[in-house]
Amino acid sequence: MAGANPENGAGGDDPSRRDFIHIAAGAAAAGAAVTIAWPLVDQMNPAGDTLALASVEFDLTKVELGQSVTIKWRGKPLFIRHRTGAEIAAAIKDDNAPMRDPQTDEVRHKPGKAEWLVLIGTCTHLGCVPTFGGGDYKGWFCPCHGSHYDTSGRIRKGPAPTNLAVPEYAFVSDTMVKVG
Amino acid sequence: MSGHSNYVPKTGFERWLDARLPVARLAYDSLIDFPTPKNLNYWYTFGGILALCLGIQLATGIVLAMHYVPHVDYAFASIERIMRDVNYGWLIRYMHSNGASMFFIAVYAHMFRGLYYGSYKAPRELLWILGCVIYLLMMATAFMGYVLPWGQMSFHGAVVITNLFGALPIIGESITTWLWGGFAVDNATLNRFFSLHYLMPFMIAGVVILHVWALHVTGNNNPTGVHVQSKADTVPFHPYYTVKDGFAIAVFMLMFAAFVFFSPNALGHPDNYIPANPLVTPAHIVPEWYFLPFYAILRAVPDKLMGVLLMFGAIAVLFILPWLDTSRVRSLRYRPTTRMYFFIFVVACFVLGFCGGKLPDEHVIPGLKTFQLIDADLNSMVWLSRFATAYYFAYFLIVLPVMGLSEAPLDQPKSISEPVLSPSAALPAGAAASPEKRG
Repeated sequence: MAGANPENGAGGDDPSRRDFIHIAAGAAAAGAAVTIAWPLVDQMNPAGDTLALASVEFDLTKVELGQSVTIKWRGKPLFIRHRTGAEIAAAIKDDNAPMRDPQTDEVRHKPGKAEWLVLIGTCTHLGCVPTFGGGDYKGWFCPCHGSHYDTSGRIRKGPAPTNLAVPEYAFVSDTMVKVG
Repeated sequence: MSGHSNYVPKTGFERWLDARLPVARLAYDSLIDFPTPKNLNYWYTFGGILALCLGIQLATGIVLAMHYVPHVDYAFASIERIMRDVNYGWLIRYMHSNGASMFFIAVYAHMFRGLYYGSYKAPRELLWILGCVIYLLMMATAFMGYVLPWGQMSFHGAVVITNLFGALPIIGESITTWLWGGFAVDNATLNRFFSLHYLMPFMIAGVVILHVWALHVTGNNNPTGVHVQSKADTVPFHPYYTVKDGFAIAVFMLMFAAFVFFSPNALGHPDNYIPANPLVTPAHIVPEWYFLPFYAILRAVPDKLMGVLLMFGAIAVLFILPWLDTSRVRSLRYRPTTRMYFFIFVVACFVLGFCGGKLPDEHVIPGLKTFQLIDADLNSMVWLSRFATAYYFAYFLIVLPVMGLSEAPLDQPKSISEPVLSPSAALPAGAAASPEKRG
């Protein structure tokens, strides 16, 4: 570094002082560039009003046995499925079957509420909305790239890496859930 | 080929201008007097066609932006208003939407031309890489433009493509949220896509300037792949290639007009005339035709991250192509074995495009059930895409490196004019006796 400096040794200056000024000025400019760049990058993250719309309440009495309702939560579809006994039995029967993302049916619903399945309705592959009743496992089937989910929303076949996500939610009463 | 200028300012004003800002000299040297190999065939006209395509997209796009509203509640309706109420809005929008397809037809012809004649090889590596950058920018621009009408295909296409980045480990989710500006594709996403869709064509124009600059430093490649040796090998760009390019442009515009006026929606998808609904995905979601080969590669792999990496890899491999091809001979005219592999490569690209438009489990030969191979029937689109994907990568990573070392090429002519000017030299069948006198 110092050897490349043409002023090296001239006038008895300590060459390291000039190097220090160069490095300090460069570092200050780089720091300034980053502090300017960050707001330009971060402005693309969710804005305050988007973050504020984070939870939704839903009345379960609207969903008959064997039906499901799709509502919008944070811009995404949310499946609220009222499962039949046969669907629950099919899900429990497969608890030990080989799966990409092994989970028992029990951990995918609230304790004692096996008939209610609340899932984020976007395929974990590339975000399409799966339809119910299709596929090899009689659960959800994603038409985009052929992912098959079972009646518990677990991935059984196709490219999706994980089970349909269960959002954070709670029963505020016997017939009311709050998601988010 | 460059450096020397034959421009002579004729009037006093031209002399005055030339001493201050030699733009007239630049235009003369690059568009009129530019020495160009005299054996360029019609595959070499796509560069000019592409420049026109960019111009059409810019002009029609700027006009459309005067009427389009980038908001989830109004975008779809504003497009319909352009189609029904704005004077000639239907024409301008159909020119813009079909213009994107025409742009890709031309760019694919241009790229296959470069692959066949070895235009990516030294000293044109940077010229080729700049072209790849333009292609990448074109894909980003076309994708964002397709989102703007906010129909069903727009919306779910945007969901699928932005989710590709979610495949990245650890940072994936933060990146998709950052791209969306929310927790899903929504108004924030539409707004920024509009902004970037307007920006990117100007970035393309900038890289096009570098692309043409690099072209004018090395000079054109030509169908023989042999360097220009002397003035006898070249003709001035004007009038020889201005006229030849002009004729090709006229023919290309004929096809363009046929689409715009007679089947403007043939290359689109009817589902995009349904307003976007985030709660229902269309049963058969496909990208525009020009992305189908990459879509087929994505779906060929049963693993999300690997599929995404392979899809991006299919484009990345183009950037390192100049160093993958080990042959010293540029043109495949003189490499008969590699030429055969090249034509199979072209077929593989079309097969991938075909598979990308079909459902993965669909049978290739209807009704024929063969046997289950690992996770799908052998007679399925997914297996056909896998074979074609394997060949796509093998062509770049195995065929070109190996063939360059093992194949004995045919004799190349010593210069572009040699086979024409000396009657004793072996003439390839059908070679033009005097190409500068034929169209």
